[in-house]
Amino acid sequence: MTTTTDTSAGVGAPEAPRSTALAKRPSVTASAANYIDERTSISGLVKELGRKIFPDHWSFMLGEVALYSFIVILLTGTFLTFFFQASQTPVVYDGTYLPLKGINMSAAMNSTLHISFDIRGGLLMRQVHHWAALLFVASIGLHMLRIFFTGAFRKPRELNWMIGFILFILAMAEGFTGYSLPDDLLSGNGLRIIDGLIKGLPIVGTWISYLLFGGEFPGTEIVGRLYTLHILLLPAILVAALGVHLVLLVINKHTQFAGPGKTNDNVVGVPIMPVFAAKAGGFFFIVFGVIMLMASLFTINPIWTYGPYDPSPISAGTQPDWYIGFADGALRLVPSDWGFMIGDYTFSLNIVAPVLVLGLFIVAVAAYPFIEGWITGDKREHHIADRPRNAPTRTAIGAAGVTFYAVLWAAASSDLIATHFLLSIEGVIRTLQITLILGPIVAYQITKRVCLALMKKDREIALHGFESGRIVRLPGGEYIEVHEQLSDYERWRLVSFQDYKPLMIRPNAQGRISTLERARGAMSSWFFEDRISPVTNTELEQAHGAGHGAVETGSADGHEIGTGH
Amino acid sequence: MAKSASQDPLTKGRVRKQGRRSPLASIALILIGLVATGGVYALFTTSANASTTAASSALTTEGSKLFQANCATCHGMNLEGTKVAPSLIGVGAASVDFQVSTGRMPAAASGPQEEQKPSQFTAQQTQALYTFVASKAPGPGIPSKEYLGGNDNAAQGALLFRTNCAMCHNVAGAGGALTEGKFAPALTGVKAKTIYEAMETGPQNMPVFNDKNLTPMQKADVITYLKYLDNNPSPGGLDLGNLGPVSEGLFLWIFGLGTIVGVTIWLTAKAN
Ligand code: HEC
Ligand code: HEC
Ligand code: HEM
Repeated sequence: MTTTTDTSAGVGAPEAPRSTALAKRPSVTASAANYIDERTSISGLVKELGRKIFPDHWSFMLGEVALYSFIVILLTGTFLTFFFQASQTPVVYDGTYLPLKGINMSAAMNSTLHISFDIRGGLLMRQVHHWAALLFVASIGLHMLRIFFTGAFRKPRELNWMIGFILFILAMAEGFTGYSLPDDLLSGNGLRIIDGLIKGLPIVGTWISYLLFGGEFPGTEIVGRLYTLHILLLPAILVAALGVHLVLLVINKHTQFAGPGKTNDNVVGVPIMPVFAAKAGGFFFIVFGVIMLMASLFTINPIWTYGPYDPSPISAGTQPDWYIGFADGALRLVPSDWGFMIGDYTFSLNIVAPVLVLGLFIVAVAAYPFIEGWITGDKREHHIADRPRNAPTRTAIGAAGVTFYAVLWAAASSDLIATHFLLSIEGVIRTLQITLILGPIVAYQITKRVCLALMKKDREIALHGFESGRIVRLPGGEYIEVHEQLSDYERWRLVSFQDYKPLMIRPNAQGRISTLERARGAMSSWFFEDRISPVTNTELEQAHGAGHGAVETGSADGHEIGTGH
Repeated sequence: MAKSASQDPLTKGRVRKQGRRSPLASIALILIGLVATGGVYALFTTSANASTTAASSALTTEGSKLFQANCATCHGMNLEGTKVAPSLIGVGAASVDFQVSTGRMPAAASGPQEEQKPSQFTAQQTQALYTFVASKAPGPGIPSKEYLGGNDNAAQGALLFRTNCAMCHNVAGAGGALTEGKFAPALTGVKAKTIYEAMETGPQNMPVFNDKNLTPMQKADVITYLKYLDNNPSPGGLDLGNLGPVSEGLFLWIFGLGTIVGVTIWLTAKAN
């Protein structure tokens, strides 16, 4: 497989011989392309896109998975709009599903059942739409984690991180509004929780709720309004943001992992045209296929068992779709007696506290690139993706964040954990409450230690090679283990990362150091105090020049490693 | 633990039942039945009557013995109850049949709640036990077969199930958690008679649904719905345990995203 280098200086690519051949005897396609080009000058764009380089690490394809599942969602969603009626007019069900015959329900529920049982392929389309929605948000989540842990959000890509983050929020909003459309019991309960959440906000809550639902919950307006959001407003913003996201991606180019010939100033990989495009096309069908497979074999959102929404019943095991789970979990974990009284007024914190905590968490995620940039004071451009171990503090923060999120997420299924592992629900909740606080701290510490240990190991290997397991007896009778040296290519991967030091805080023009700067200095030394510097050339030469790199005698000759402690 | 004794389900149900079947059909059925069995039955009537009472008193004695041997330590010699177990006076045959045939009684080592086990008694011994307990004081009897057919109104049953049972047992009858380690069990594959008796007697943390709450016909509808769920797999494909979004989410992450990540690794590995 040939790889190509795309210089960010934008040096024109050498003319491919094939295109000259084409120019001699224009085929139909060529003249059609010519026709379009003469009127739109699109060829520049095509050339640019066609020469866009795509690195060859699997984690770089997660964004594509999101893109493809979104396409699947658009296709199936459009199908659903042909038959879905966004109205809460009461009707009596008279379709083919026996256990609902003669039951009162809204037109929305009725039409969704109609799609499921009486429209050819309707149920499949609903299931494809819903599975694809779950996959969409999941792949965005994983994609974000990849960006985070490789530091691909650093300058110049902070903006694109923000846009990606907005896409993530929009995807969740799309999912939630869609989930509420069929007006079944489960989605109604979900809306009821949102209603409760809004009403729990002090003072403004009740007003907002009435505004949103057009009166007292559930009212007769909400499905229509959500529908407008779900198929018009949110998708429009989503598509626009997605466009900007992709354009910025082309402008900034991909990051790549360090490797021979891969520098901060180029991108090494496969150009999009033709091989990568073919692969990507194939990959689209694979993603489509996996979604299809799930949708045709596995039920999702069986609204026919949930029945129509009615404010009185509620089912055990009522949960939102997975991507809203963390919010549900937060509500389940907040201690039920949080609140206080001032005079005659009760101030309950049951809603406000989780909303604040989640809000803070979400803002922290959105602003992370800027926070880290400020702490490190790093204004350089970065095009080489960090190996997560080489940024121990960031990776540890990420692990803590993932743990926090995961605990909230698990809490949303506390009742199922209790029944399936034969535990008491109180015990599960209590354990999760403790884990929510301790878990991230533990995860932080462990991750950081593991990263540092891995860096140390890399350093050892780069300097002294790896233990070959081959024991040799020297003529003098001494036993040694032979150390095998890395090839230069392999070593490159281990040694090429940037070194950081805590910021030096300097007094400003007035000769004073502001509190903010002081805090920044403290954060910066927290960020970088534990670190292991990359192997320098001098060290390498020394290690190998001295000749002891090839063999290491039994005694441990500890090399000084630049840890801060 | 005196659970409210209900109206006799038989009489009440008959009244309801009339409107549901064409009277002509009933007459025809009765005629056929009479013609087919009348002659033979007439021959044995007298002896049958005598043997029924004899059999029933034999049953009561057998039940009494079984009770003394297996239950009296907890429930007391005269069903009066002890510190560890409630009185069984007036619980009725339905309660005993439910508890014993699902293996909940005799109770085992204490957990948060008595759980189902394979029943320790044969059908005949069970019958002896409930006949004995019912002979001491009246209570809800064994449900009549006419409510157990599972061919009544599934839609009404589903509606009733959602309003009365789903908060504990989950809409699809997949079960759910209660406080302190107690739980409402899954209702898949539970026998019609057991469902009826559970509603009628309200075991442990389940409320009693007496015949005023849910008439016998309504109970029959609920049974019909649960049987419908048993006999009709989800139209959408495998149901992932009917646990709703949690199992869907887990499945998506593990199977869906797992497969796709596998594919990406494979695709990019080939590129080198
Ligand atoms: C180890 C003690 C123990 C033994 C032995 C035992 N039970 Fe029980 N039984 C209990 C307890 C405790 C309860 C109450 C369960 C609850 O409601 O939480 C109970 C409840 C019952 C009930 C339900 C009462 C109601 O209010 O509906 C019935 C019926 C019953 N037992 C029958 C029996 C029969 C029949 C046997 C013998 C085969 C038996 N039990 C043996 C402890 C025992
Ligand atoms: C308050 C919660 C609650 C409600 C409401 C409730 N149940 Fe139950 N149900 C339980 C519990 C708890 C048990 C387990 C009792 C035991 O183990 O003794 C149970 C047991 C049962 C069983 C026995 C299952 C078996 O496998 O032996 C059936 C059948 C049943 N319920 C049906 C119903 C039906 C039908 C309704 C609605 C009419 C209903 N329940 C309403 C809590 C509930
Ligand atoms: C422009 C794009 C979209 C259109 C036109 C569209 C259309 C629809 C329609 C008409 C419904 C209701 C019918 C039904 O529930 O079966 C629906 C439901 C739903 N939509 Fe969308 N949708 C779009 C995008 C999305 C996106 C981006 C997501 C998620 C991230 C999403 C998630 C859902 C979900 C979860 C449901 C509930 C499905 C179910 O009933 O099981 N949709 N959508």
